Amino acid sequence: MRETFTKGMARNIYYGGGVFFFLVLIGLTVDTVKSLPKTDNSENMTEQVAAGKRLWEVNNCIGCHTLLGEGAYFAPELGNVYTRFGESTEAIKGFIKSRPVEGIPGRRSMPQFNLSDEELEELAQFLKYVDGVKTARDWPPNVQG
Amino acid sequence: MKYESQGVAKLYFIAAIGLFVGQILFGAIMGLQYVMGDFLFPEIPFNVARMVHTNLLIVWLLFGFMGSAYFLIPEESERELYSPLLAKIMFWIFLVAGALTILGYLLVPYAQLADLTMNDLLPTMGREFLEQPTITKIGIVIVALAFLFNIGMTILTGRKTVITLVLLTGLVGLAVFFLFSFYNPDNIVLDKYFWWFVVHLWVEGVWELIMASLLAYVLIKVTGVDREVIEKWLYIIIAMALISGLIGTGHHFYWIGTPDYWQWLGSVFSALEPIPFFMMTLFAFNVVNKRRRDHPNKAAVLWALGTAVMAFLGAGVWGFLHTLAPVNYYTHGTQVTAAHGHMAFYGAYVMVVLTMISYAMPIMRGQKAANETAQKLEIHSFWLMTISMVFITLFLTVAGFVQTYLQRYSDEPQSFMVVQEQLATWYWLREAAGVVFLLGLFLYIYSFFAKGKEVEFVEE
Ligand code: HEM
Ligand code: HEM
Ligand SMILES: [Fe+2]
Repeated sequence: MRETFTKGMARNIYYGGGVFFFLVLIGLTVDTVKSLPKTDNSENMTEQVAAGKRLWEVNNCIGCHTLLGEGAYFAPELGNVYTRFGESTEAIKGFIKSRPVEGIPGRRSMPQFNLSDEELEELAQFLKYVDGVKTARDWPPNVQG
Repeated sequence: MKYESQGVAKLYFIAAIGLFVGQILFGAIMGLQYVMGDFLFPEIPFNVARMVHTNLLIVWLLFGFMGSAYFLIPEESERELYSPLLAKIMFWIFLVAGALTILGYLLVPYAQLADLTMNDLLPTMGREFLEQPTITKIGIVIVALAFLFNIGMTILTGRKTVITLVLLTGLVGLAVFFLFSFYNPDNIVLDKYFWWFVVHLWVEGVWELIMASLLAYVLIKVTGVDREVIEKWLYIIIAMALISGLIGTGHHFYWIGTPDYWQWLGSVFSALEPIPFFMMTLFAFNVVNKRRRDHPNKAAVLWALGTAVMAFLGAGVWGFLHTLAPVNYYTHGTQVTAAHGHMAFYGAYVMVVLTMISYAMPIMRGQKAANETAQKLEIHSFWLMTISMVFITLFLTVAGFVQTYLQRYSDEPQSFMVVQEQLATWYWLREAAGVVFLLGLFLYIYSFFAKGKEVEFVEE
């Protein structure tokens, strides 16, 4: 690099730029968090949904599926599964409940999690709640996720 | 070795390489499960293999970073490590905690592991990359604090160099942003938003500081180029990393229920993120071309140049490929993401750790560089692993674009599982490339034991 550009200048850009954009990120974060209630479907947050989220976590569903496009890419997107399953929580519960313990020979299979009826309901309510989040441009592009 | 306490790094490097092998074995298992769905089912379901694969990656990279810091800091600070004993104790705690966690994943159903470790008290489990039981996360924080204390005391009471200060900043940042893993609100949008404060602000933020400083250190050592020149590069690279990468976090806030302005901010700033990686490439080649000596450790020089190039390809080029919102709308969460994730992690962080190991390991074994045969084998393993990673990435990229088209772009979108079946060929090819990668890794390990003619060099 040319001599007119000194190490001191480089250092100042680092400190100045780093601190400045960190503050901008904090500012944008505050704004985002404030405006979330418009899109995050929190009006439909219930204890059932919260319990469903915990079940989603402790069964590591994200280890195979994506949820709003984040997670693993081994199994279908579930952020819109409520829509895909005809807006039926019964269909979601039926699917989870009916997974064979030994899987389906030769195919990718979902484990049997042995959930109680109450737990199934909670999970289904959680998935319904996520489907209600208003994503930009209504992502995913179509019902297939 | 100038300071005896640098030797603790050896433990860390050996553990890192051991866990690396585990990571790749589980990668190969998953690669097979992609095409033979019932492979090891229900004993090792895909999600379990995936946790093992990604968590081992993170843990061994952390071992690599810590080992690198322990090796580099005493020498830069011109004093012994504050407490080599603390470094050894923390090593064993981290290794045992890590091993128990992985065994937990493999031996009991995940829900039961959550129960056993009382996840209910402070639920943090079950989010991608942050699957560790809460107690393990607390352990990680304790180890990190002890580590930072140890190197912090060494740095602050010794000679302070730009390299050690940047490294320290990066490592402190790593620990600080990890704290967001303890925040797990019921609101899924908030949860996702702050999840990226760990994941994105690590790999596209503070880890870049770590990477750039390690690279700068090795380049000083192997080229003898003036410190002033290297430090100027280092500052400008990390400046660009933060300027682009902080707001660049927005490329993850397009479709998760966050405000629309992120599509602009995320696209513009993350489009700048390749710049620091490109500068690292310029930097590495520039400095090697201006070298004042020919260091006998040819392998380390190759790793350093390779890191810069592959990080630019994986993070810069493959990141740019899907970072603009209109593109990401279609590719979000497909094999395109997986393609990029692989080459970026390998090119940047795997390779920078292997660069440090390549440089430091011979020194800790009482040589300046490994013998000629060993270096030759190491260089072969470099090419085997690097080229097979390029192919893994290419095959996944093709799979990803075909997937995107069939599932999201064509007039008659097909369902996920139907599309996956049509991608089988690409997944088989990926698995084949993965096996070559594994062979490359075995060759790499073998190179440490190869005997041969000692290299000749002129004492400085
Ligand atoms: C034998 C070679 C490898 C194979 C076959 C392999 C296979 C896989 C598979 C199947 C996944 C899961 C994708 C999904 O969620 O559906 C995965 C994830 C991942 N692997 Fe590998 N892997 C290999 C090597 C590596 C290496 C060397 C690295 C690190 C440099 C790595 C880093 C990752 C990361 C970061 C993820 C998470 C990706 C994401 O979430 O986008 N893998 N790997
Ligand atoms: C060494 C640095 C980097 C590493 C290790 C890395 C790794 C990753 C990983 C593992 C993911 C998947 C996360 C998940 O599982 O959801 C990801 C996603 C992503 N990365 Fe990177 N990345 C790096 C740099 C970059 C850069 C520089 C860019 C942009 C130029 C970029 C753009 C993206 C985008 C847009 C996504 C989201 C993909 C999606 O929508 O599914 N990355 N990265
Ligand atoms: Fe990112």
